[in-house]
Amino acid sequence: MSGLIQRESRENALPETANRPALSVQGLSTSFTKQGRDLKAVNNVSFDLAPGEILGLVGESGSGKSITLRSLIGIVRPQGRIDGSVLWKGRNLVTMNEPQLRKIRGREIAMIFQEPMSSLNPLLTIGLQITENLKAHTSLGRQERQKRAIELLDLVGIPAAASRLDDYPHQFSGGMRQRVMIAIALASNPELLLADEPTTALDVTIQDQILRLIMDLRTELNMAVILVTHDLGVVAQSCDRVAVMYAGRIIESGSVGTILKAPQHPYTLGLLQSVPQDQPPRTPLFSIDGTPPALDDMPTGCAFAPRCQQAQGTCLESAPDFSLVGSGHAAACHILETARPSLGENK
Amino acid sequence: MTALTLSRLPAPVLQALARPAFLIGGGIILMSTLFALFPAAFAPYDPLAFNYAAIQQPPSLAHPFGTDNFGRDILSRVIWAYRIDMMIALFATIFALLIGVTAGSLVGYHGGWADTIFGRCVDAVITFPFLVLVIAVVAMLGPGLINMFVAITLVNWVYYARLMRAEVMTQTAHDYVSAGRVMGYSSGRIIFRHILPNAITPVLTFWMTDMALAILLGSSLGYLGLGAQPPLAEWGVLIAEGRNFIFTAWWMSLCPGIAIVLTGLGFSLLGDAVADMLRPKG
Repeated sequence: MSGLIQRESRENALPETANRPALSVQGLSTSFTKQGRDLKAVNNVSFDLAPGEILGLVGESGSGKSITLRSLIGIVRPQGRIDGSVLWKGRNLVTMNEPQLRKIRGREIAMIFQEPMSSLNPLLTIGLQITENLKAHTSLGRQERQKRAIELLDLVGIPAAASRLDDYPHQFSGGMRQRVMIAIALASNPELLLADEPTTALDVTIQDQILRLIMDLRTELNMAVILVTHDLGVVAQSCDRVAVMYAGRIIESGSVGTILKAPQHPYTLGLLQSVPQDQPPRTPLFSIDGTPPALDDMPTGCAFAPRCQQAQGTCLESAPDFSLVGSGHAAACHILETARPSLGENK
Repeated sequence: MTALTLSRLPAPVLQALARPAFLIGGGIILMSTLFALFPAAFAPYDPLAFNYAAIQQPPSLAHPFGTDNFGRDILSRVIWAYRIDMMIALFATIFALLIGVTAGSLVGYHGGWADTIFGRCVDAVITFPFLVLVIAVVAMLGPGLINMFVAITLVNWVYYARLMRAEVMTQTAHDYVSAGRVMGYSSGRIIFRHILPNAITPVLTFWMTDMALAILLGSSLGYLGLGAQPPLAEWGVLIAEGRNFIFTAWWMSLCPGIAIVLTGLGFSLLGDAVADMLRPKG
C-alpha cells in the first residue's frame, strides 16, 4: 500500500489527543513461563488512548503487538502472567476477575481478528452469531435483535442485509466476512475496538474499504480504535497516533505525522525506509539486516543494538529509557539523532 | 423423507447417501432395529419354549436355523437376541459417549491441572488391555447385563474423552473461540455451543464403530458368563450354549455368530458412510 503519500493530509486531521484518556496502560508486561524461565513477550508497555482516537501498534512478527492487544482484555493463551495496570474508564482490567471482565468484553471493548476465515463459527448462521452477541449484552427482545442485526449488517455495508442473515460464513467472501466480524463486534456499541491486523488477510482494494469502514465508524460512534498492523501504509492512512514495538517494548511513539516525517529511533527509520516509494523497477528494496532477538535470548542492552548500524558501547550495556524527544513524541534510544535526515528528503 | 426435503440436502450428503456402504450398512441397522423393537412380529416361535419332540434338529423349513438341545427354535432366539444385543450396542456406548464428550471438552478447553489429572487417568486405563479391565470390573460388581454396562462405561468413556479432548484443543486454536471470549461469552457457552458442534464429528464416527465393538464385547462377556445370563437369548450366550455340541449341532453356534458378524458389519459400514457425510469437503 502506498498510503505514505497521504501523511500531509492526515497531519491536519489530528484530534486533540491530550484529552482525558479512555484507556490508560501503565507498565503492562506479559510473561510466559517456559522450563522455569520467565519469558517477557510484552515488556513494560505504556500508552494512553483518548475517546475516538485511532492508535496504530506497529512492529515485525513476534514484536509482541498482538499479545499486547490480547493482554488488555485478559485473553492471553496459554495462560501467561499479566502485570502492570490497564485503566479502562478508571477501572483496572488486570486485577478484575473473569465474570467482571466478561461484562466489559464485547460490551465496552470489542475485538476483531486477522483471519476473517476462521474468526466466525463455520456452523452457525451470520444472523445467529450477531443476535447471540446482542442477547449476551443487551436486553433487546427477539424481534428487536433481528432488526438490529439487519441494521448492523447495513452499517458495515453488506448489500441485501435482511436476506443474508440465514447465510453461513462460507457463503461470504473474505472482505464480507471481515465486515460481518465488525458488525458482530459493533453489536453492543463498544467504546473501544481492538483490531488485530484486520486487513492483513485481505487484498489491497478490500483492505482500503475495511480501513475506511473502521474510520467512518470511529467518527460515527466516537469509538476509540487500537489497530495492530505491520503495514506502515495502513498506519499512514488511518491512524492518529502510532506506537512502534520491538522485542516486546514500545520503542517510539507519537503522532503519525511526526513519526513518519521525523522518526527518531533507528528501527523506525529502517521500517520507513523499507517501504518502497517511487523506486524504479528492479532496484533492491531496503531491509534491516538480521532478525529480532528470541524471547529467551534478550540482549542486556538495547534489544535493537545487534541490528543497529549506529550502535555504540552504551547501547550494548544498558537498555535506553523511553523519554520525550518532542511534543507528544517519545523514543527509547541512546543516540537520538535529531539531525537525522527525514524520509521526505531521502526520496 | 419426501423428495423435496431430500433435494434440499447438500450435494456431498446426497452422494454419501447413494453409496453402497450407506445403503447396505443402513439397511442392516434398520433391520436390526426392527428386530430389536418388535421381535415378536418376526420370530416364528417362543424363544424360551422347550419342545422335546424337536431336539437339535438341523435347519429345515419348519426351523430355518435348526433347534437347540432343548428344542428351542434358534431363529426365534437369534431374533429375540437382537433386542438384548442392540441394547448392549446402545447402553454400553451412550453413557461413555456423554461422559467422555463432556469431560474431554472441559479438559481440552481449560487445560491446566485438570488436564494433567485427566492425562494420568487416561494413561492408567490405556495401560490395561480393554477386555481385561472390563472383566476385572465385572468380576468386582458381579455378572449381569446392568453391571456389564457399568463396567464397559467405566473403561470406555476414556477413549471418547481422549478423542474429544484432542479435537477441542484443535478447535480452541481457531479465532472464533478467541472471538467468543472477546465477546464476553461464558466458557460453558463457548465450549458447548461453539466448539462442540465443530468438534463432535470424529466422536460420532467413532461411536458407530464402537457400537459394533460393544456388541462383540457384550457377546464375549455373555459367552464367558459375565454378561447376559441364560436362559436370556443373547448371541454370546447362544454361542456358549452351542459350544458343547459344535460337532453334532454346528447350527447352534454358527447362526448367532453370523448375526454378530452381520450387525458388526452394518455398524462399520454405517460409520464409514457417516464419516464421509460429515467430513468437510474442499
